[in-house]
Amino acid sequence: MKTVNQRAWFFVLPVLLLVAFNALVPLMTVVNYSVQETFGDNLFFWHGVGWFEDVLRSERFHAALGRQLLFTFLILIIEVPLGVAIALAMPRKGFWVPVCLVLMALPLLIPWNVVGAMWNIFTLPDIGLAGYTLNEVLGINYNMTQSPLAAWITIIVMDVWHWTSLVVLLAYAGLISIPDAYYQAAKIDGASNWSVFRYIQLPKMKRVLTIAILLRFMDSFNIYTEVFVLTGGGPGNSTTLLSIDLVKTALGQFDLGPAAAMSLIYFLVTLLVSWVFYTVMTKDEP
Amino acid sequence: MAKITLQDLRHSYMPNPAGPQDYALKQIDLDWTDGGAYALLGPSGCGKSTLLNIISGLLVPSQGKVLFDGKDVTHLPPDQRNIAQVFQFPVIYDTMTVYDNLAFPLRNRGVAAQRVDARVREIAVMLELDDVLKRRAAGLTPDAKQKISMGRGLVRDDVNVVMFDEPLTVIDPALKWKLRSKLKELHQKVAVTMIYVTHDQTEALTFADQVVVMQDGEVVQIGTPVELFERPAHTFVGHFIGSPGMNVLPCEMRDGAAFFQGAPVSLAGPTKATTGRTELGIRPEYVTLADAGIPATVHKAADLGRHMVVEARAGDHTINAVVEDTAPAQGDTVHLAFAQNQTRVYTDGWLTTEDAS
Repeated sequence: MKTVNQRAWFFVLPVLLLVAFNALVPLMTVVNYSVQETFGDNLFFWHGVGWFEDVLRSERFHAALGRQLLFTFLILIIEVPLGVAIALAMPRKGFWVPVCLVLMALPLLIPWNVVGAMWNIFTLPDIGLAGYTLNEVLGINYNMTQSPLAAWITIIVMDVWHWTSLVVLLAYAGLISIPDAYYQAAKIDGASNWSVFRYIQLPKMKRVLTIAILLRFMDSFNIYTEVFVLTGGGPGNSTTLLSIDLVKTALGQFDLGPAAAMSLIYFLVTLLVSWVFYTVMTKDEP
Repeated sequence: MAKITLQDLRHSYMPNPAGPQDYALKQIDLDWTDGGAYALLGPSGCGKSTLLNIISGLLVPSQGKVLFDGKDVTHLPPDQRNIAQVFQFPVIYDTMTVYDNLAFPLRNRGVAAQRVDARVREIAVMLELDDVLKRRAAGLTPDAKQKISMGRGLVRDDVNVVMFDEPLTVIDPALKWKLRSKLKELHQKVAVTMIYVTHDQTEALTFADQVVVMQDGEVVQIGTPVELFERPAHTFVGHFIGSPGMNVLPCEMRDGAAFFQGAPVSLAGPTKATTGRTELGIRPEYVTLADAGIPATVHKAADLGRHMVVEARAGDHTINAVVEDTAPAQGDTVHLAFAQNQTRVYTDGWLTTEDAS
């Protein structure tokens, strides 16, 4: 019989404490708020699942969730194929490798609110480089503070600019790990370029792409700063994504109960989608 | 099916090779007869794989030509040369089943489904993969994966040549033997030219009818396993093939006669011009312990089961002898006799004694 030693649990304790204070305690506070009603003065009344019912029935929530899903869907179907395509086009060896890698990494190094501010100025119709060029040189009427479509195009392009690099770098890491023999064997087997991509490169990139999609899903689903700085959720509510709506509810209107219920639903949606996606993608792996 | 000719071939991985030392392949002129079983044998880094990749078209040589049946294919890509190649480490298409893996080279060439099915099943039976055909290739053992790799090389029956680049490196020893004899058997069945690259002499000698021995980017000898063993054309061949390798001892030449440490040594035949560094070559198998001969001290004796290898020192030189019965004790003084018909002189490494007929 092997003696069971429980002392190892002590090593987990610091992490447990850390997680408790930065995740579990705040989360439980939110849970606490989500089932109560307050009128100020630190007076709370039990409200059951009322807030959850309200939020789930609220058209405002549905609209924000819809916008959020649309945003995430659009950036994923643009960034993932684009990122893979760029990674495929990047050189595998030689002088240009570090140059490409640094260029690709640059957008990732810029703080989120700076990205929002940059794009805000960039797209101003009278002085911004893009805004001026579109309006004055090309004659296209473009003003993202007036047109919801222009606002949407701008936030999508901004996100693509900011985050495609992440997909590129991960996909590239997957690509360069493929031994030359695979390409040589494929050549000898008479495989077309498409077959090489389909049967060698894509399967070898599957793991890193799973991670890339997961990261991009979570980040874009929770996006706040860039869009808030750029459009403030407007014009009207057209770019009010879930997180922006949540902050408006919680801090603008100080509706703690509904905001807490909304946070939890938001959190569960993110968790559920991530879990389902990851489980499906890795189900074949031994 | 074709005869493969390599003409005046040189290859360097450097853009501007300055001298011979910059060439991975120095000067190769070779004919591979249609239907032959060849082994390309040499130590790691001697240019075997470079030569193989030039034949398959993965590399374009810096100089020279590759001809298939007299047709220049030097600049043709691999898929237009109709060749097959098996690599050192298994290459399998992870997402496909074993069946689809084997069918892949045929389907890419638009072979009819019925024919594909027949070939795949035939090859699968030969390689004993028939019971895993429906399994996903990714989950199999390295052995099975390498068998799939080999299967993809063998599945096309119209190829000019099938090349194996040290294919058994990842296979465990017991199966190695089995696969090697399987390959030999396959070769007899399909009669396609096969070139087998290896640094393992046992693999080369058991598989091939003709062995091409390479060293430092040059072919040093081409011959049957017996020829390589009995009449090495270069001291390198003598040393590289055989276990232990040939004894190579410095000697002096005077008037066509050889002297080792002052004592005359009789040779297998007349010896040509003797300028340059001269050495005696004699295999341990042909060195016997005798009453008279070269005096030496026994340094150690290794029992290899079937026979013993006696390592003796004559002056500064080590001479190995294979002894069938009991070996002398360490420190004993013995006399070594060289079989005359197996003792030859090498000048600057190359054989210069002609066997007396």
